[in-house]
Amino acid sequence: MTTTPARGDAVAALELRDVEKSFGSVVALRSGSIEVHAGSIHALIGENGAGKSTLVKIVAGLYQRDAGVFRLGGVEVDFKSTAESKAAGVAVIYQEPTLFPDLSVTENVFMGRQPVGRFGRIDRKAMRAEVGSLFGRLGVAIDPDRPAEGLSIADQQVIEIAKAVSLDAKVLIMDEPTAALSGVEVDRLFQIARSLRDEGRALVFISHRFDEVFDLCDTVTVMRDGAYIATTAIADTSVDELVTQMVGREVTDLFPKQETVIGAPLLEVDGLNSAGVFHDITFTVRSGEIVGLAGLVGAGRSEVARAIFGVDAYDSGSVRLQGDAVPAKNPSEAMRRGLALVPEDRRKQGLVLEASVAGNVTLTIRNQLAKAGLITSGFENRAAQVWASRLEVKANALSTLAGTLSGGNQQKVVLGKWLATEPTVLIIDEPTRGIDVGTKAEVHRLLSELAGRGMGILMISSELPEVLGMADRVLVMREGRITAEIDRADATSENVMFAATHAEGAHS
Amino acid sequence: MTATIETSAVTKRLRAVGAAREFGILVALLLVIVAATVANPNFLFSADGWRDLLLTPSILVLLAVGQAVVIITRNVDLSVGSVLGLSAYLTGRLFIDLQGIPVLAVFLIVIAFGAVLGLVNGALVAFAKVPSLVITLGTLYAYRGINVMWAGSDRVNASDLPREFLGLGTGQILFIPILTIIALVVLVVAGWVMKNTRAGREFYAIGSDPAAAELYGLKVTRRLLTAFVLSGALAGLAGVLYAARYGTVSSQAGSGWELDAVGAAVIGGVAIFGGSGTVWGAAIGAVLLLTINRALPILGIPDFWQRAVVGALIIGAIVLDRVLAIRQKRKLLEARESGE
Repeated sequence: MTTTPARGDAVAALELRDVEKSFGSVVALRSGSIEVHAGSIHALIGENGAGKSTLVKIVAGLYQRDAGVFRLGGVEVDFKSTAESKAAGVAVIYQEPTLFPDLSVTENVFMGRQPVGRFGRIDRKAMRAEVGSLFGRLGVAIDPDRPAEGLSIADQQVIEIAKAVSLDAKVLIMDEPTAALSGVEVDRLFQIARSLRDEGRALVFISHRFDEVFDLCDTVTVMRDGAYIATTAIADTSVDELVTQMVGREVTDLFPKQETVIGAPLLEVDGLNSAGVFHDITFTVRSGEIVGLAGLVGAGRSEVARAIFGVDAYDSGSVRLQGDAVPAKNPSEAMRRGLALVPEDRRKQGLVLEASVAGNVTLTIRNQLAKAGLITSGFENRAAQVWASRLEVKANALSTLAGTLSGGNQQKVVLGKWLATEPTVLIIDEPTRGIDVGTKAEVHRLLSELAGRGMGILMISSELPEVLGMADRVLVMREGRITAEIDRADATSENVMFAATHAEGAHS
Repeated sequence: MTATIETSAVTKRLRAVGAAREFGILVALLLVIVAATVANPNFLFSADGWRDLLLTPSILVLLAVGQAVVIITRNVDLSVGSVLGLSAYLTGRLFIDLQGIPVLAVFLIVIAFGAVLGLVNGALVAFAKVPSLVITLGTLYAYRGINVMWAGSDRVNASDLPREFLGLGTGQILFIPILTIIALVVLVVAGWVMKNTRAGREFYAIGSDPAAAELYGLKVTRRLLTAFVLSGALAGLAGVLYAARYGTVSSQAGSGWELDAVGAAVIGGVAIFGGSGTVWGAAIGAVLLLTINRALPILGIPDFWQRAVVGALIIGAIVLDRVLAIRQKRKLLEARESGE
């Protein structure tokens, strides 16, 4: 049922109506509207580039709207800074955690609002005690005195949540908080979210996972192309309807893996060890095969990928590509031999944010493009055009800076960059993390097509449906070891999840 | 349901390493003193030796404390030598042009003057968003130029300054030079503020991740201004004490001191990329730097090598910090793996 936002008698805790925001000539938000009531968990969904993050940043005081109405508890507000929105009782948990790596976990939670005693002295005891009870309430066991540096994304996210909870915020916005959390952590988060709802707070939950939206939320607002589409009660809608609203068309198949001819081994990893990181990693990726590498965040999957590609060193073991040894700690040689790695953290490792789309896509093939040592933007654009149009990157022009693109479009640019090298084996880490349904299907179709043409693909993914739908074979890692290898036919969410979470014989 | 969450073993180990960083510099300092004293007992066991040991680094300690605060915010203040020079000359001019002005008034005026010069730096960095390296390199020359224009070939001599004022520069209380006491008080206060107040912790936060500091809603602009004003004010105070100590102030007073101040902070474990280190470390670094300078001739090391030793010390300190940082990262990763 498509309706306009319900106008109950209660004043909305958060209300935005026809909010607009442009950056230069790029319109990020044409007409953003949402109405969230106290005691409700409101889902905000939409494809990447639909304007969700822009909307959130306006509420957070990070951006100022160009036009439209923005009310908090019925009062019109106009935040100039994040400090003002915080003071008004808005807490935002961002997709990418922002912590101070040098400072302790406790300090991170309380920075800027530490309890102070005489002479402005910070009351460390009180701070420590509050973190203790906060973490107890959230059911997390992070050492509050350790520095934030080196924490997994999941743990960082948990600290962000603890921060928001301790802020006693009236409006809590979570921008894809579950993207990097394990099942247990998601359950814990939902428990907290529900208890906050029951305390009468208003929650906005942004997610691409429909099961979570239906599990947690009571109302859902869909956005598309920077505009409000519909607000519906969860009970009155379905996944199909939401997907249709989001993409404006029917998506028939979320995970289209074509049948491929599986050929000769391409990538052979044998007995790879790195002290304290991973142990005894042995597996093979064959031509035309997609091997899924499943497991919880922090199981060591990304570290294995980095070691294979030569970014990180390893202590023992070997990596062979089409029978030839790939030297350790030499990414450019690995690339030359036909390996490609699409990293998980695209903002930090995959993209030059200050460079153009064309510059990014052609970054890996600069040597091929150069004529007499020179690269003209003509060469660059021609090479980039192929991939940008194939991946449907939504950028006004190839000269758009990568940093200004939405998450999904950034991921497409990173993919294009690596596919431009025409690798024989592609390692892709969380290919669809933080990506909307429409783009997800495109990414999956593309991976499947690449496998069909004889490429070997190692796909690291935390999303079970993706692994089960895409992989010919599933490897499961737990705490630095491969704990299971399951064929496509036998793989179920239960046996993969079991291998990812349970130690043999004992619980750790 | 209050869970008792224990400090993990890894965290304790890391803390020990952090403390060891400053302790290591202290040990190095003691080694230098012992070696120089063995070579020549007068280095420590004479009235002059003892006095020089404490007095020589006192002014640099003030600059190093200010510098450490600025570097912790992921900035740098290269203008402190020039601010010191201008402040020292202003001190002389005040005594000459306003006969009978109270010493305390001179202190306050010159410190305020230094703070204003620091404010100029801070405003350019915080509002114009130009890297502090460039801004303060510019003001390093600009302030020195003003000094040269103002003073010309003129200089302030000890005979122009009141005796009670000069007495501050050489006087002692209970065998401790007054300058050293002033430097210690500043150090203790700065150390306490950096460790225990919101302002202090926010300096660390800003240096650790400036973007996160914005998202947290910290008053980044105000804190940056504060850091530069503090550095300028301390350089102003250092200028007054410079005049009291040396009596003679030319237009080149304090030239090159900014590098000693940065060097002291780096040797003392203040990370050049901000976010970590303490003013205590920087102060010990300042003492080590100047004590080595005095000890090397006594140990019979030629002039040329003395500069090289200081250079090696700075590079060594940076390499050490880097190694410690890598080890820490590895430790934390291993702990995450083993679920500690």
